[in-house]
Amino acid sequence: MQKTATLDADDMADSSIKSSVKVTNANPLDITDEHVTVGSYEVNNAKMSIKNVNVYYGDKQAIFDVSVDIGKNEVIAMIGPSGCGKSTFLRALNRMNDTVDGCRVEGDIRMDGQDLYSPKLDVVELRARVGMVFQKPNPFPKSIYDNVAYGPKIHGLADTRVDLDEMVERSLRRASLWDEVKDRLYQAGTGLSGGQQQRLCIARAIAVSPEVILMDEPCSALDPIATARIEELIEELSQNFTIAIVTHSMQQAARVSQRTAYFHLGKLIEVNPTEQVFTMPEHALTESYITGRFG
Amino acid sequence: MSNSNRNLKRIQSSLVWRYRAEKAFRWCGVVAVALGLLAVLALFSDIIIKGKGAFFATYMQFEVTYDQELLGIDNFADDQQLIIADWESLYKSALRADFPDVRKRADKRKLYALVSDGTGYDLKARLLADPKLLGQSEIIWLLADDDIDTYFKTLLDGNAYTARLTDNQVEWLEQLDGTERMRLQFNANFFNRGDSREPEQAGIKGAVIGSLLTLVLTLILSFPIGIAAAIYLEEFAPKNRWTEFIEVNINNLAAVPSIIFGLLGLAIFINFFHIPRSIPVIGGLVLAVMTLPTIIITSRAAITSVPPSIREAALGMGASRNQMVLHHVLPLALPGILTGAIIGMARALGETAPLLMIGMVAFIADIPGSFTEPATVLPVQIFLWADSPERAFIEKTSAAIMVLLSFLILMNISAVWLRKRLERRW
Repeated sequence: MQKTATLDADDMADSSIKSSVKVTNANPLDITDEHVTVGSYEVNNAKMSIKNVNVYYGDKQAIFDVSVDIGKNEVIAMIGPSGCGKSTFLRALNRMNDTVDGCRVEGDIRMDGQDLYSPKLDVVELRARVGMVFQKPNPFPKSIYDNVAYGPKIHGLADTRVDLDEMVERSLRRASLWDEVKDRLYQAGTGLSGGQQQRLCIARAIAVSPEVILMDEPCSALDPIATARIEELIEELSQNFTIAIVTHSMQQAARVSQRTAYFHLGKLIEVNPTEQVFTMPEHALTESYITGRFG
Repeated sequence: MSNSNRNLKRIQSSLVWRYRAEKAFRWCGVVAVALGLLAVLALFSDIIIKGKGAFFATYMQFEVTYDQELLGIDNFADDQQLIIADWESLYKSALRADFPDVRKRADKRKLYALVSDGTGYDLKARLLADPKLLGQSEIIWLLADDDIDTYFKTLLDGNAYTARLTDNQVEWLEQLDGTERMRLQFNANFFNRGDSREPEQAGIKGAVIGSLLTLVLTLILSFPIGIAAAIYLEEFAPKNRWTEFIEVNINNLAAVPSIIFGLLGLAIFINFFHIPRSIPVIGGLVLAVMTLPTIIITSRAAITSVPPSIREAALGMGASRNQMVLHHVLPLALPGILTGAIIGMARALGETAPLLMIGMVAFIADIPGSFTEPATVLPVQIFLWADSPERAFIEKTSAAIMVLLSFLILMNISAVWLRKRLERRW
């Protein structure tokens, strides 16, 4: 397995990762109901802190007792085989699951100590603070400008037209899309290429300056060059934002993230610094997955 | 090798069959389409052939003298004089002047019957519009009676229909025709008059205005309610037994025979709420109730077809549900919703049965001026004319069908145009 991610020693120290109890099973590939996540799932400077979260679709349980912290300004990657619940878990973090009929979330999810599932919390405000980028690029069928300006407009962030113009330009620059679209801001966002559309979606998400950005397989519909650009972008964005990214590609996880969480059948198996996950995973299941034995 | 050879043979022999089946299927399709087109063509050509005559009317030339003594008028401001005046004497004297040999009462009556019964009123209107004509005489084309109209049109086609005319009348007419004093003119009456018992006086304007008023009300009532219901059911309502029950009921309502809605209107709007019958208000109410399910169903389909990714994008940006619907879902669903609404309106425009139940089938000669004046609508007018015994109403019926069809085609074209215009790709 080739390692490309660069993990700063500073980052490591900054996160001051604690080690957890390691559980040994009789057969390492069995996960029992009493499974406990191995690795460093807690951090000191947690932006988001998830404790004992269960997610159900109707009667079917999709996420089992997941606990993990997401550190400030870190990029955490979530990997795992199809249907393992990583997207479901991600969507629990900005309550997008609320929109799914019959979906129920139990447990404790906090951002800066604030309970995200408290009845007092306003979900509209939450989603302004926790932005999301989806698997398939989904720009609104409006102009590029209107796409980016939409968030600031509905949240009333811009006082004047000039403010709004500035916000749009800044967001597009941060999404490294400005140079490509500055001459056609008023053309349809849907006319861009797939990779540009996805960067437009990222620009749209960061236009409201969220604290956390959730990315649900943002590159799965893109070609390798577009993917590389998005990955560069993620690295730049991580200076200002906390990013949780679900990905199908282990290489991508290795390239962009500081920590990697491995999900299996709705359970969080292991969370460790990315380098460690891809070189000496703690859990036998993780090892099987990254060496390609299933997935 | 031999095995793969055998497979190849089998595939080849089955190919013949497959191509034959495909060809047969295609031919079936072509035949079906051709039959459909043929039916439409037959219908349209029949209607046009029968109805084209209604756009022209027979006129006869006479010299009319606006004799002051005959009329007994000296003051146009005196309504009483105008009412008492013998307006019919104007054309009667003109006819007598042309045919002085006619002496017997019965023959005179036949002579007067050559021109339309309404001619007296027409001449009155002409004189009132131009009072200077009083005491003068002018050569003028008078509208012929419907039997004469039929005679003249069939005569032009080569086979004169004289069954409803006496020999005397035919003789007079031949005399008039021989001196070029009979001709066909564009029938403006058909477009700017209301219904009449006299076919030559009957026009479509009353029914068109009635239809317009009724449809406006139908649209005002059913469009906002339908869209609101569709949005609520699709975007806000919880999915439970109640909403399922409502959904099933809406689907059932769309399939209920329209006359049932007429009975509903009769029972509730007229008998319970005492809304007067025969007026566009009651027609609009009944048709709105009838159109609602259609609009709700098509709007829901249009709303569902908006990709979920757009909804997610909006919600993910922190839009409230309301903003998501108003900013994104509704604009994208609008072409479909409008198409559904126009098709619903077109159905309402062509609807007869429920209106029969609420008194809009009455004979109404006046052109309705408001929502609360008695009115009839185009399809009911067609029904009434088709039901009339006079031969001349046959062409009126077909002409009214042509007017109705052109409105329907216009609405459907506008639906297509709107959809094309508003459609946005994503």
